[in-house]
Amino acid sequence: MPSVEILSRIQFAFTIAFHYIYPPLSIGLGVCLVIMEGMYLRTGIKMYEDITRFWIKIFALIFGIGVATGIVMEFEFGTNWATYSRYVGDIFGSALAAEGIFAFALESGFLGILLFGWNRVSKGVHFFSTIMVALGSIFSALWIVIANSWQQTPTGYVIEGEGMQARAVITDFWEMVFNPSSVDRFSHVILGSFLAGSFLVMSVGAWYIVRNRFVEPAKAMFKVGLSVAAVAALAQLFTGHRSAEYVSHYQPAKLAAMEGHWDSSAVAPMYLFGWVDNKTGKTTGLAVPGGLSFLTHGSFQAPVTGLNAFPVTERPTAVNFVFQTYHIMVAIGMMLIALTLAALYFLWRKQLFNKKWLMTLFVWAVLLPQVANQAGWYAAEVGRQPWVVYGLLRTSDALSKDVKANQVMFSLILFTLVYALLFVLFIYLLNKKIQHGPAMTHNEEEESDEFSKRNIKQLQNPEH
Amino acid sequence: METIFGLDLPTLWFLVIGGLITGYGVLDGFDLGAGALHLFFNKEESRRIALNAIGPVWDGNEVWLVIAGGALFAGFPLVYGTILSIFYVPFMLFLVALIFRGISIEFRGKEPMAWWRKMWDVAYMVSSTGITLLLGLILGNLIHGLPMNEKHEFTGGLLTFFHPYALLIAITTLSLFMLHGAIYLVMKTENRLYAKLTVLVNNCSKFFILCFILSSMVTLIYIPHMTEEFKEHPWLFVLPMLAVLTVLNIKRNIDARKYFTAFVFSSCITAILLILFAIGLYPNIVISTTDPAFSISIYEAASSPKSLRIMLLIAAIGTPLVISYTIFVFWTFRGKVKLNEMSY
Ligand code: HDD
Ligand code: HEM
Ligand code: HEM
Repeated sequence: MPSVEILSRIQFAFTIAFHYIYPPLSIGLGVCLVIMEGMYLRTGIKMYEDITRFWIKIFALIFGIGVATGIVMEFEFGTNWATYSRYVGDIFGSALAAEGIFAFALESGFLGILLFGWNRVSKGVHFFSTIMVALGSIFSALWIVIANSWQQTPTGYVIEGEGMQARAVITDFWEMVFNPSSVDRFSHVILGSFLAGSFLVMSVGAWYIVRNRFVEPAKAMFKVGLSVAAVAALAQLFTGHRSAEYVSHYQPAKLAAMEGHWDSSAVAPMYLFGWVDNKTGKTTGLAVPGGLSFLTHGSFQAPVTGLNAFPVTERPTAVNFVFQTYHIMVAIGMMLIALTLAALYFLWRKQLFNKKWLMTLFVWAVLLPQVANQAGWYAAEVGRQPWVVYGLLRTSDALSKDVKANQVMFSLILFTLVYALLFVLFIYLLNKKIQHGPAMTHNEEEESDEFSKRNIKQLQNPEH
Repeated sequence: METIFGLDLPTLWFLVIGGLITGYGVLDGFDLGAGALHLFFNKEESRRIALNAIGPVWDGNEVWLVIAGGALFAGFPLVYGTILSIFYVPFMLFLVALIFRGISIEFRGKEPMAWWRKMWDVAYMVSSTGITLLLGLILGNLIHGLPMNEKHEFTGGLLTFFHPYALLIAITTLSLFMLHGAIYLVMKTENRLYAKLTVLVNNCSKFFILCFILSSMVTLIYIPHMTEEFKEHPWLFVLPMLAVLTVLNIKRNIDARKYFTAFVFSSCITAILLILFAIGLYPNIVISTTDPAFSISIYEAASSPKSLRIMLLIAAIGTPLVISYTIFVFWTFRGKVKLNEMSY
């Protein structure tokens, strides 16, 4: 049987990666919902209410699974990483407590009103609840990302005790909160979430347009999604760059792994794509010469610290994995920018919704931000190894002493089965809701007739 | 040591966590109890009403568990790691049950097929019952104490948890939540379901009183450390007296069909029982049955005073907020449940 360490790492990676399918969607959808409902309140057009109600139902589905899988994450720190919990509890705990009390309570409390409150509260109060749920989900990202950032770039603490009794003790709360990576990581994660949510909205909208169903509401939702995505995609380039900067400063070994750079005396190229041989320590691929040197030192000639400068025990070993995940994320970042710019251009030319090929691309593009979000975390977390708290606590020292390999094997199998079931049900119900579409406020048949007439007209006379 | 209101920081934080756990027991307790009773309703409409009675609030109630967990992590990281890893298997089952409870409420109404609904009804009942029993089991083991060596390492096995005392506490917890849930439901329903529930509530209260008497007696006789504190501070005997009075009041109000008052009292009994439990433990949190000296006390486990102070501030700002919108949400959904197109 594999060791407790390997099993616990697999379990953590699996459960967090699964959890992380849903939070970005909740956060991104939350923003889209605020915009949709806001449009309804401003314009009074019934169609906006229809799409708001439609997306609230999908939101509830996603949110529900996010909550169910999130609780597992919280308790996993204690069950599998007891030494880690004791080591960081003094610091990490306050962020987690703040998350629960300020964020989760807010979102879960108002969710009931969002879902069931339509006839019980006024429109204004309902809108307020929508905003609170959206804010709550953003807050929860804030605190958990602060905690994670502290693990990556710890500040505001001292170490008390020695050996296995050592623990980090907080000295300055705000220094802990504003550790060197938290602001950039938070903005990067939030924008990644906006992209995930808005691309889902656009994907569903585009699908209706391709299939010629619910065309008017589909256009409206597509535009809402596009407005969020366009801003987020461009800004993501900027926050991603900022992230690379702090990584180069605080975790040079991780940066070297991301770029597959080995030799410290050499000028560092920036690979567009490539392959790293973990054994021989060679990287091959297509590169911009001196690109990384320029990024880290502002000069195409400066040498950059390479992986060989670190003892093997103090740098990540899965270099190719870090390299590939990082490059996938960046490549997707570029694609998202290209896609949203293309959509904006055709919207401006009033041809967007007639471009079948572009709409078809958008139907599938929903997967891109998902992959980028996952890949980004993998690059950041695997690149941080062998440390769980960077430079302070090794992953192999962070385990629970009371837990045996067969127990972790049991829970891993259990979660694999349960999550597989959850995922199948999720896709099934999501598909069903999408097939069903937004409820139309008027008579269905008349409506769809009217829509197809309008659509034929539109095809002949491309204006909208 | 630094004190606030005459209490040192670890004690204060012990109280905060106790308060949060009580909040969870009172709030999610009725959801879980309603879930455990779910299959007693055999009409589709009754089941939908029962689900809609908790529909808008259960998620918010569950958050108290998340906050209590976070607070334990923050305040007593050593205890958090120790308890959760000792109870590894029961806890994993607990988490899976929580997942199923959540999704069965969510998914049940999404398909019209009878088998689909039946399947989720069963999942909902089994998971709610399971969550309650596991919570009770863990609680029972904590009251009883665990075999732990001087390094706070657990020396028992999986079977250790199925101690008869722990099983008794598990059943008692189930009976309490079932009673609490039944009272909640009877408040939220009308007509035939209401009539049915008035009978159910009566049976639940008998079942609970039986368990209550039994577990009180067993605790008095077999768990000496639970009574030590009372011998030192006789005034604490007020609490068990209060517990008995509260239980009698639940019964009296149910007989008088004053369900709201009964609900207040069943909330109180949850709180009082947890307070009794906390007094029995204090100043320890995890008791070693191997040697009392190997127990984990709150002083050994506590985070630094600075961290505790920061978190007390966070709790002081956050708690009124949480309570105010909890009240707002309950107020919005007050009154008897009516089915409409947004219902499950
Ligand atoms: C970028 C944001 C983000 C990240 C990195 C994480 N989560 Fe998460 N989490 C959320 C964003 C979120 C959310 C958006 O707030 C959720 C997702 C489902 C939902 O829609 O709320 C949520 C739900 C959620 C819940 C349930 C809350 C409730 O009952 O309402 C818990 C306990 C956690 N999470 C805990 C964690 C832990 C311990 C994580 C790290 C290991 C973690 N989450 C990563
Ligand atoms: C939601 C986004 C996150 C993702 C996708 C993610 C991803 C991962 C992955 C893939 C691993 C496994 C690394 C390996 O096995 O080599 C890991 C490990 C870990 N991460 Fe994260 N992580 C996330 C957030 C967090 C947060 C917020 C924390 C804590 C504050 C955290 C703490 C840890 C810990 C304790 C481990 C286990 C030790 C280890 O293997 O490194 N992670 N995470
Ligand atoms: C456009 C170019 C992009 C660049 C240059 C970039 C850069 C980076 C860097 C350097 C990191 C590592 C931070 C660390 O290890 O501490 C990172 C992490 C991450 N990226 Fe990106 N990124 C880009 C696009 C994207 C996109 C489009 C998404 C999602 C839609 C995304 C999602 C993430 C996530 C979720 C993480 C992990 C959290 C974190 O550590 O910040 N990134 N990114």
